[in-house]
Amino acid sequence: MSLAQHLPALQVVLPLISAPLAVLSRRAGLAFLIVTAAAWTAFAIAIALWLQVDLSGPVSYPIGNWEPPWGIEYRLDRLNSFMLVLVSGMAAVVLPYSRASIEREIPQESHYLFYAMLGLCLTGLLGMSITGDAFNLFVFLEISSLSTYVLIAMGRDRRALTAAYQYLIMGSIGATFIVIGIGFLYLMTGTLNLADMVDRVARIENSRPGLAALAFITVGVSLKVALAPLHQWLPNAYTYAPSSVSAFLAATATKVALYALIRFYFTVFGDAFLFEKLPLPKMMLVLSLFAMFFANFIAIFQDNLKRLFAYSSIGQIGYITLGLSFDSIDGVAASIMHLFNHGVAKGAIFLLVGAIVARLTTRQSAPPAPGFDRIAGLARSMPWTCFGIVIGGLSLIGVPGTAGFISKWYLVLAAVDKGQWWLVGAILFSSLLAVAYVWRFVEAAYFRAPPAGREAFGEASLSLLIPAWLLVGATVWFGIDTSFTVGSAIEAAQQLVHNHK
Amino acid sequence: MRNDLVLRVVGRLMIPSILIFALYVQFHGDFGPGGGFQAGVIVAAGIVFYALIYGVTATRRLVPDCVVETMVASGVLIYAGVGLAGLLLGGHYLDYSVLGHDPVHGQHRGIFWVEVGVATTVCGVMLKIFYMFTSRGNSED
Repeated sequence: MSLAQHLPALQVVLPLISAPLAVLSRRAGLAFLIVTAAAWTAFAIAIALWLQVDLSGPVSYPIGNWEPPWGIEYRLDRLNSFMLVLVSGMAAVVLPYSRASIEREIPQESHYLFYAMLGLCLTGLLGMSITGDAFNLFVFLEISSLSTYVLIAMGRDRRALTAAYQYLIMGSIGATFIVIGIGFLYLMTGTLNLADMVDRVARIENSRPGLAALAFITVGVSLKVALAPLHQWLPNAYTYAPSSVSAFLAATATKVALYALIRFYFTVFGDAFLFEKLPLPKMMLVLSLFAMFFANFIAIFQDNLKRLFAYSSIGQIGYITLGLSFDSIDGVAASIMHLFNHGVAKGAIFLLVGAIVARLTTRQSAPPAPGFDRIAGLARSMPWTCFGIVIGGLSLIGVPGTAGFISKWYLVLAAVDKGQWWLVGAILFSSLLAVAYVWRFVEAAYFRAPPAGREAFGEASLSLLIPAWLLVGATVWFGIDTSFTVGSAIEAAQQLVHNHK
Repeated sequence: MRNDLVLRVVGRLMIPSILIFALYVQFHGDFGPGGGFQAGVIVAAGIVFYALIYGVTATRRLVPDCVVETMVASGVLIYAGVGLAGLLLGGHYLDYSVLGHDPVHGQHRGIFWVEVGVATTVCGVMLKIFYMFTSRGNSED
């Protein structure tokens, strides 16, 4: 028996064990060490699993030695091994950052609970990505969601409570829809194993329960994804959550939900059925365009930096679903790339905005909203922080040399491939909206004079800057060396898309 | 309500039998309806009954907050520990068959400890929720 054989189980179990250990330790320092160690180990395991899939193809792990399709199977292919690297990598970066960042955001006595919750959230997201069992996916979705509600409610602003409550209601409706959908699928196919479901779904997909299952899963997962008309929970949740939580959620939670959508659409139902016989491509196209324009447009008029970038996230999700609606290898690959590239860039931005909030916070008051009057002239005192946000912003726009350019380039290629030239224009025009909101930040931070009454302060502390700049560095790195992202995404798309036309 | 004779006598009679019944449900879970979740809830119900009669302050002395929190965490650890034990003894994660000298015995032993873990966490969570609700405001009894 070798340990390497058990990596799929350990990937989820180590963060899971770290959470109760953090509770038992009852000390912030010890809890921090335990959960951070678990997250870093999880990151190492994710890279090892990615290499394993790269070298020798899909990996299957029967939990409890119950052979699939009877037992729960952890199944790794191109797509989810890539997701595991994103999720665990973001946790590995966000955790060291949290130590300094939650100092003033969360009361000292509940720090160890914060780390426990972050460990559980990581467990849930990793589990959703790795599992090959529909019901297990729902269970992990609930683990990640419930811990997310708690994490958001820990924000010191009192509105964090209502934001968490709003997300709790919306998220529970979403989870209920998902479990109803999975229930219908189980009823019709008699199996919960996703790989086993594939052939059986093909026989029932035209039946009414099959279509109902598809509809429930689509709406439920779209709620968790925050696809445009179902995004109401997201801006408040990201705005009032503690800074490190905003960064972690923006980079991973919606992305893993999108992964679940891709898994159900392309693996279980199969694109040949969804995109040929149903009006799904048109629906997704309309919703994506709505997200791209509406959310990006609203983002321009936000006065709170966190809220601005929260709306920008909703807009960026539109690009990802737009790529899916093409149902071509280039389009799906562009979506998968954008999952990753946007996660990294938005993670960097939220970490840096968190550094600004930490500087603006005094000991007594609740963290102030990082509004544009407060950040005026900030580039003079916090040059690295502001420059990092600008680079992240360039990636949101899609400027060459940043990661965002690569995924938008493939998106444009996919649109051209479909002969949809007007969509190329739509992608470029919606990017101009991103230019507008990023410019608002640049204008305030670089060209406005600092307000007279503000006391002088220096650059953010290194414990905040280093993790954030790691992600900024990654944004530039994946804009230049694309072998990991583009390679994984295209191979994953080739496995997913069967509808060669 | 601690001065109410009827309540106190009924409580003294009921609480031990509630706890014994919880143990019955716990260990009967292998063969019939029952198991860790139900047993944990029943134990918690017994303690809540105690709190109704003798007050929350007395209950908090009997089952302090730190014990409740330890229960919440250690149940999960027991469950995950059974999984890891299977992994270390040469099987897959959560493989009970390798836990005993033969697979049947191993399956018994595995589900036994898993149920112990479930009961511990469920009981802890129930009490935690009860404590959180009763500690709102300042009314103690």
